[in-house]
This record gives sequence, C-alpha cells and structure tokens, in this order.
Amino acid sequence: MENLLWIFISALLINNFTLAYFLGICPFLGVSGKLETAFRLGLANIFVMLITSLWAWALNTYVLPYAPYLRLISFIIVIASTVQLVEMVVKKMSPALFKALGIFLPLITTNCAILGLALFQTNKGYGLVEGLIYALGAGGGVTLALVLMAGIREETKVMDIPKVIEGTAFSLIIAGILSMAFMGFAGMFNAG
Amino acid sequence: MNQTTEPITNRTAEEFLKGLWKENPIFVMVLGMCPTLAVTNTAINSLAMGLATLFVLVFSSVLVSALRKLIPGQVRITAYIIIIATMVTVIDFLLAAIVPTIHKELGAFIPLIVVNCLILGRQEAFAGKNTVWLSFVDALGMSIGFLFALMCIGVIREVLGSGSLFNISLFGSTFEPWVVMILPPGGFFTLGFLLLFFNWRKQKRDLRMTNDE
Repeated sequence: MENLLWIFISALLINNFTLAYFLGICPFLGVSGKLETAFRLGLANIFVMLITSLWAWALNTYVLPYAPYLRLISFIIVIASTVQLVEMVVKKMSPALFKALGIFLPLITTNCAILGLALFQTNKGYGLVEGLIYALGAGGGVTLALVLMAGIREETKVMDIPKVIEGTAFSLIIAGILSMAFMGFAGMFNAG
Repeated sequence: MNQTTEPITNRTAEEFLKGLWKENPIFVMVLGMCPTLAVTNTAINSLAMGLATLFVLVFSSVLVSALRKLIPGQVRITAYIIIIATMVTVIDFLLAAIVPTIHKELGAFIPLIVVNCLILGRQEAFAGKNTVWLSFVDALGMSIGFLFALMCIGVIREVLGSGSLFNISLFGSTFEPWVVMILPPGGFFTLGFLLLFFNWRKQKRDLRMTNDE
C-alpha cells in the first residue's frame, strides 16, 4: 500500500510529467489560456492515460514478449484508437467542450505524455495495479500543471507586460519558475 | 537547358533554406518541444537526438511522399504515424547497437521521437502533397534547422551548467557550475531567453524599417 502511495505521489509531484520530464508541452503552452478548458483537457488526458496503461500492461504481458520490435507500433495504435473513442464520446456528451478543445483533442494522440506513460511503465516493470496508479498520478500531474499554468496566464492577461516578451517566451519563463518550485518536492521527500 | 533547370534548383534551395532559419522548427514554429527541452542538458546528447530526428524525418518524408497517392485521405494520419513508428524502431535498435551509452542516457526519449509534432507536422504539411525530391530536401532542411537549434540550447546549458563542452572541461576547477541549467528548469529558461532574444532583434529590425520609411 505504501509502495502504491509512493508511486502516486512521485508521478504527481516529484517527477511531474510536464515540469520535470517535459512531456505534453504542446498543450501546456498552447491550450492553457483558460482555466476551465485546461481542467477539462486534463481530465481527458487522465482518461486516455488510464486506458493506455491498461492496454500497455496487456500488450506487455501477452504480446510483446514474443515480438519486442512491435512495442512502439502497437502502443501508438492503441493510443490513436483510444483518443478516437474519447473524441466520439466527448462529441456526443458535450458538444460545447468538443468545440472548446478543438484541435487539441485529436492532438492528444501525439501528446508525448501518453506514449511516455506507456514507455515508462514498461521500463519500470509495473504490474496492472501499479500501472493504473502510476497513470492516475501522471495524469493528475499533467492536469495540475495545465491548471496552474492556465491560472497564471489568466492573471497575466490583464497585466501590462513588455511587448517583446509576450507569447511563447513568456510562457516558457513562467514554466521554468513553476518547474523550479516543483523541484522543492524532491527535497521534501528525501529529507523525510 | 539552363532555363528549364534553373527554376527547379531555385525551388530546391528555397525548400532547403527555409527550415534552417526562416521557418526554423524550434525558434520560429515552436514544434517538437519535448525532446528539445528534455535531452539538451549536454551538447553530445543534443547532437545524438538531432541526428536521430534527422534520420527519422528524412526517411519518413521520402516514404510518405512516395506513397502519397496510395494512402487514402481518411486514414492518412494513422498511416503516417505507423511509418514514423517503424523508422523510430529502426533508429532505436541502431543506436542501441552502435552507441549503447548514449542510447541509455537518452532512454525513453528515443522512442518518444514518434510523437515529435515536427515530424508528423512535416508529413501533413509537406510530404503528403509534394514530390519525393522536394520532400527529401524539405525534410533535410527542417531537420538540420532542428539539429542547429538543439545544439544552441545544448551548448549553452552544458557550458553554464557543468562548465564543460562535449565533456571537456573549459574553466578549470575554480568554476562554480550553475547547476540549475542542466536541471529541468534550465531547459525552460534557456529556450525562453533565446526566444526573447530573437523577439528583441526582430522588434528592433521592424522599428528600423518603419523609421526608414
């Protein structure tokens, strides 16, 4: 139980996918202008991650021992079809959200965080339950980063910032400061 | 004879050069951020990642443009990504065989080339619509531009963060390394400040041009 909790906290805060591994930077810099959208995109991410983790486990257990060179191709096909599924569900359940997410929903397919999750889970040799907990933590971490970034950017929208720093440069510097703040979590747990 | 070949060579040069600077994938289009920031903590890692991306991008572009008339429109993205994944699997095994230490250091980031938006972006924006030769030139230009940008960031981070370049110590033992530069925040800061510098240059240039008028 303690082990599972450690996996969760580690993926959520210490090895945060976005701020420590740089995975899923595209939506982080692109979509995170509005708090509401960022949060929903985060939830979609968590959902895709959970299903991917399940599939990655199944593939790792039953298929890939016999054909290791198929690892990448099979992972990416699973991710692409899961995203397609999520897209159809969101379109049906909430057309407004579907519109708000726009191009960033299909782009989850090429979101490094999802494939990264499947690969890290494989490299670390996690079982089914550990993998799911890891996916939950990692997805939570991505959501946390998206929401924090969106919150900061909503605030800075009304500020008078120099024209030269506007845009990506500004987001990257904010991200750097956030990333530094998250580094503090590593120290906290090592000391304890 | 000259009249017919000249426009073609011009087009070739144009497609090649645009990737290097005017449409540089990192500094201008801000694509392929994950590997850009994650592996650029030393110059040698940046070089390896740049070359691996070059291999994947060039071969995928050639293959996609050669098959562009056979791939149905509805499933093109899936087809592209399977082609890319195949190429990445090849380079993954190649690197593991030739340079195992670098392969180990880059770890999961080699397989993650599959989801580099730059590569899929080039297939969708260029290779799916153009001839094999032009796609080859475009891919080569884009990936050299990518390699160049990775090297810029890698060199800055290694010199400031470890006081060395390609593992050769530069400043002797009195140098106090700026450790944060080789840690994750350093990646964000380096790219952020580089973009800031380019914006500043561009703004000055625009200002001068309006003054001239």
